[in-house]
Amino acid sequence: MAENVTFHFDVDGENFTSAGEASVLVKKKLRQLGLSPEVIRRVSIAMYEGEINMVIHADGGTADVTVTDDEVIIVLADRGPGIPDISLAMQEGYSTARDNIRALGFGAGMGLPNMKKYTDSMEIETELGVGTTITMKVSCKDA
Amino acid sequence: MKTETVLREIGAKELSGGAAEEFDGVYAGDLLSRAMSHVGEGNLWITIMSNVNVVAVASLTEAAAVVLAEDVTMTEDVLEAAREKGVAVYTTGLTVYEICAVIHSLSEKAL
Repeated sequence: MAENVTFHFDVDGENFTSAGEASVLVKKKLRQLGLSPEVIRRVSIAMYEGEINMVIHADGGTADVTVTDDEVIIVLADRGPGIPDISLAMQEGYSTARDNIRALGFGAGMGLPNMKKYTDSMEIETELGVGTTITMKVSCKDA
Repeated sequence: MKTETVLREIGAKELSGGAAEEFDGVYAGDLLSRAMSHVGEGNLWITIMSNVNVVAVASLTEAAAVVLAEDVTMTEDVLEAAREKGVAVYTTGLTVYEICAVIHSLSEKAL
């Protein structure tokens, strides 16, 4: 790949009907670019979880995906309430999702843990009342 | 294992067609984040969840088909999304446990 390929998506808040659309589109694009199925799977899972988090907790946000020769970089940015305690939020099973969200099958407290598990690196920048930006990287070389 | 055989044995009704001819694993569960990380490509996913996010997860994981238990169905707009994304969906009156038991017994016979 001579140049980096980038994709930008606006993620609608509280819109569970279109939630996951950006992830599905990215998956399609990565397949067209010829990335390995395992890399595509990891990117899809991490991005879907991030997208859903933005819909549930932050009234939407933006997703920017950059594909370089070496890695896929996903940057998810929102202007939501921020994460008060990141280490607590990273614990499997911990969730602040409301009951109506849980009724849809979300709120298992696996979102952030899955994002970390399926990426090679994940950085969270968050400020209460300002928003959260999560940067995830997935190596294009299969482990 | 042939998808058609299982669908017949559990008395499944097609809601959205196009199931893969064969599947190579099964995941049963309703929490989407769990399903997202455990439904393998070409797996059958058995659940009682029927909202549009099920279609997104099935599409991303490339499940062979979604099997809804306990006669759960999907609304027409969700089925429309399933057809659009090529996600096969079936429903049966059996419980999740009963579906798993049938598949297990079929796989034992196949050995």
